[in-house]
Amino acid sequence: MHLKYESFVREPLVDGDKTYRQVTEDIVSPIEKKPGRMWYIGFYFSICLLAFGAFSVFWEVYYGIGVWGINRTIGWGWDITNFVWWVGIGHAGTLISAILLLFRQGWRTGVNRAAEAMTIFAVMCAGQFPIFHMGRVWDGFFVLPYPNTRGPLWPNFNSALLWDVFAISTYFTVSLLFWYSGLIPDFATIRDRAKTKLRKRLYGLASFGWTGTAKNWQRHEALSLVLAGLSTPLVLSVHTIVSFDFATSVIPGWHTTIFPPYFVAGAIFSGFAMVQTLLILVRKILHLEEYVTLGHIEAMNKVIVLTGSIVGVAYLTELFMAWYSGVQYEQAAFQWRIMGPYWWSYWAMMTCNVVSPQFFWIKKLRRNVPFTFIMSIVVNIGMWFERFVIIVTSLYRDYIPGSWAYYSPTWPEVGFYLGTFGLFFTCFFLFAKYFPVIAIAEIKFVLKTSGENYKKKMEVIETKSTEEFVHEQMHAHH
Amino acid sequence: MAIKKFAVACYDDEDVLFPAVKKVRNSGYKLHDVYTPFPVHGLDQALGLKETDLHVAGFIYGLTGTSTALGFMSWIFTKDWPVNFGGKPHLSLPAFIPITFELTVLFAAVGMVLTFCYINQIMPGVKKHVFHPRQTDDYFVVAIELNDHTSEVEVIDFLKSTGALETSVQIAEDSWWYGRFDKDEPYQQLA
Repeated sequence: MHLKYESFVREPLVDGDKTYRQVTEDIVSPIEKKPGRMWYIGFYFSICLLAFGAFSVFWEVYYGIGVWGINRTIGWGWDITNFVWWVGIGHAGTLISAILLLFRQGWRTGVNRAAEAMTIFAVMCAGQFPIFHMGRVWDGFFVLPYPNTRGPLWPNFNSALLWDVFAISTYFTVSLLFWYSGLIPDFATIRDRAKTKLRKRLYGLASFGWTGTAKNWQRHEALSLVLAGLSTPLVLSVHTIVSFDFATSVIPGWHTTIFPPYFVAGAIFSGFAMVQTLLILVRKILHLEEYVTLGHIEAMNKVIVLTGSIVGVAYLTELFMAWYSGVQYEQAAFQWRIMGPYWWSYWAMMTCNVVSPQFFWIKKLRRNVPFTFIMSIVVNIGMWFERFVIIVTSLYRDYIPGSWAYYSPTWPEVGFYLGTFGLFFTCFFLFAKYFPVIAIAEIKFVLKTSGENYKKKMEVIETKSTEEFVHEQMHAHH
Repeated sequence: MAIKKFAVACYDDEDVLFPAVKKVRNSGYKLHDVYTPFPVHGLDQALGLKETDLHVAGFIYGLTGTSTALGFMSWIFTKDWPVNFGGKPHLSLPAFIPITFELTVLFAAVGMVLTFCYINQIMPGVKKHVFHPRQTDDYFVVAIELNDHTSEVEVIDFLKSTGALETSVQIAEDSWWYGRFDKDEPYQQLA
């Protein structure tokens, strides 16, 4: 009997009076069935996008960075905008898995597996941009500190760009390890139900031979807890380091200490929006609405309104500091953001990021699935514009008027971005087909305290007297 | 690495499992292990298992990462090839913080996961005997090791008396071997 008592005022985390068997059946049966038509359409469309992206990248590598729209003045355009956008999206997955575990939020169990998968694929997409924006991609390994015969010549450890290399690599590796270690027991579940030889073999390999002894689980819980404890500061540090790519410079609009918290909040904001987009689709198509309930969607929308408000406050702070500092370059940068040639991108950012999430103060809208879906896309568009505004509208007019220029993307840049969508969705479709999109073992773990049927049993405890309850607990299994 | 005979009992309710485990431990039979589809709180204490020290290993790996990063960067920038970066000091410790932190986390995480796999004896290609296919689904499976002195019938009756839903006697390898889950195991199972 669980000593954990959860009030029945809290919504159940799993609807529908499920048993452990049903949980397994609901989550694993889509994996065992043949994919539907929608899956094939989506998968092949993603492959096409990926192919176009690969071609765009090949074009850029073969003919050089000159095929892009960036120039001497605006050295970073869509490439770094997209990099920061994808990395930011990735952070929500780690936050859900790690930070919500440390905060003992049971509702993370419905969404963490898919969110972590999203993180891994998003970081894979993000990583493409720093690699291919180098131009001489074949010399890319120069950033790594390896012994060589040129001195040995080492990279500059004082540079934020190098910190980024370490941060993104570490983030990808740790997220992958955290996600996979949670998947091992679930692969064992699929393996033991598998009917064909190929599935038994492949899921057997993927499960590492897991059998689920008590000692295995004890160590698994310890591992998850420590990885969560490590991932929490990691996620905060990674996007802080990404913000340092800008903040450690001297460009007006970049050189500001608000960037680290502002970027981290913005990352969580866009990440949760992407999780909403993906999970609303997944829960509908795979019939998992009882596991990803309206309660889960509402909880994530609360995070969206919180982080969106922080981002909004950051925007206002930037404007205030530009005025209050009296620094004419900073003031000019913001005047042009509001009224200059890129005003459209600034106002798109402001509307999408500041105005739209405020709707989530209204409970009815927080629990409305179609509204949430549209809002999640609006938020991601807004966050893309935020990175675009930060990068391009600070670079195109800095200190010397003679250098001022304008930037528009060319087709290889757009193709590269679309290609990353192709990569992301190809991976995500494969994930949704062959991997359990919900953490099976974790749902079973919370089922007896937070499942709908079990909550009704809590009434019995509510009506009991304290002495009776204590007496019963004392004579229980321990 | 030995083939042994086991008496296997399956339960589907934790409230039945815990008293059963207690009775098995008090009975004097050799409890091989308890298999569950998810972590069951209180089971480690009920089985008398020691707390794990995995987090200590993680801490040590993390310390290794910190010292590697700090030591390496300090050596490079003070001894091996000091460079004048805009007048900044050679031992620019604040600038070393991000990479030091990342490497600490990286070493700790990778080290811990590899250690976890090693001590649990799991890795791709490892095969272990699965006593019941539902032990990863919804059954809690208790396996008791039998030897020449124990009576199978006695043990099975005892397990049934603790409330087991299904019981069986199986002959199986008691630890892991390199194998595939789609091939049959190289010995038989008695019902």
